Amino acid sequence: MKDRLEVTTPTDRQIVMKRSFDAPRQLVFEAFTTPALLQRWLLGPPGWSMVVCEVDLRAGGAYRYVWRHDADGEQMGMGGVYTEIQAPEGIVSTVRFDDPWYRGEAVDTLVLTEERGQTKLTQTVLYESREVRDGVAKSGMEGGVAASYDRLQDILSPKSADRS
Amino acid sequence: MLSDSLNATFAALADPTRRAILARLASGEASVMELAEPFEMSQPAISKHLKVLERAGLISSGQEAQRRPRRLEPEPLAEATEWLERYRELWVANYQRLDALLEELKVAKKKNQGKGRSR
Repeated sequence: MKDRLEVTTPTDRQIVMKRSFDAPRQLVFEAFTTPALLQRWLLGPPGWSMVVCEVDLRAGGAYRYVWRHDADGEQMGMGGVYTEIQAPEGIVSTVRFDDPWYRGEAVDTLVLTEERGQTKLTQTVLYESREVRDGVAKSGMEGGVAASYDRLQDILSPKSADRS
Repeated sequence: MLSDSLNATFAALADPTRRAILARLASGEASVMELAEPFEMSQPAISKHLKVLERAGLISSGQEAQRRPRRLEPEPLAEATEWLERYRELWVANYQRLDALLEELKVAKKKNQGKGRSR
């Protein structure tokens, strides 16, 4: 049973992701905060692995992730500080990339809610400015997907627009 | 410049009325009157929105003397939707791996409970 990922840009500085998981909140929270677990899933595009994963899980504590491109050894690092931790409900942290993928610091807010053993995740990344948020597009990620009118409809109005 | 046009595109998309106008135009061109109709908004108000969309290059207007219908210009939106799509694909993959990991964790948890450990 595949769960659908929703990605939206409700304001000009944010990217919001929503996804449900078939697991209790406690397990999802652990998967987000335990280095051995993070390294299993928080990866980049294909061909990257996480070679550094440090987590000091407390308010004011720092975290650091470094990914390595297996083919050529290129590395990408990011890190930040936990500003708020409420296990297992959520985490607020700052995000900064070593080699500025984007300028400045972003704020990442993770919220987990549980209902009948299912966890709903909402992750909001707030960038310093619209220019920075839109600069995420120049990330150099490989591959492009040609947009079709179907995708356009999907992004503009998930429920079909009234065609009068 | 890529980021300037993306700025304009995202500013244009940040408004729900403008998004609804674009969704309507995805089904075919329309006049200002036709576009204003579903909203309780005056034509001048709609025209303001249309100007933002035109400046962003998201719509263009035809040259027919009276009607000047607006039509959707797909390139700026293709730019914007492309990066969102790539971002989305990355996270679809991450979360699918997380799904698999969570299944393992659930099984491990059950095994521990089976061994008589208290919850």
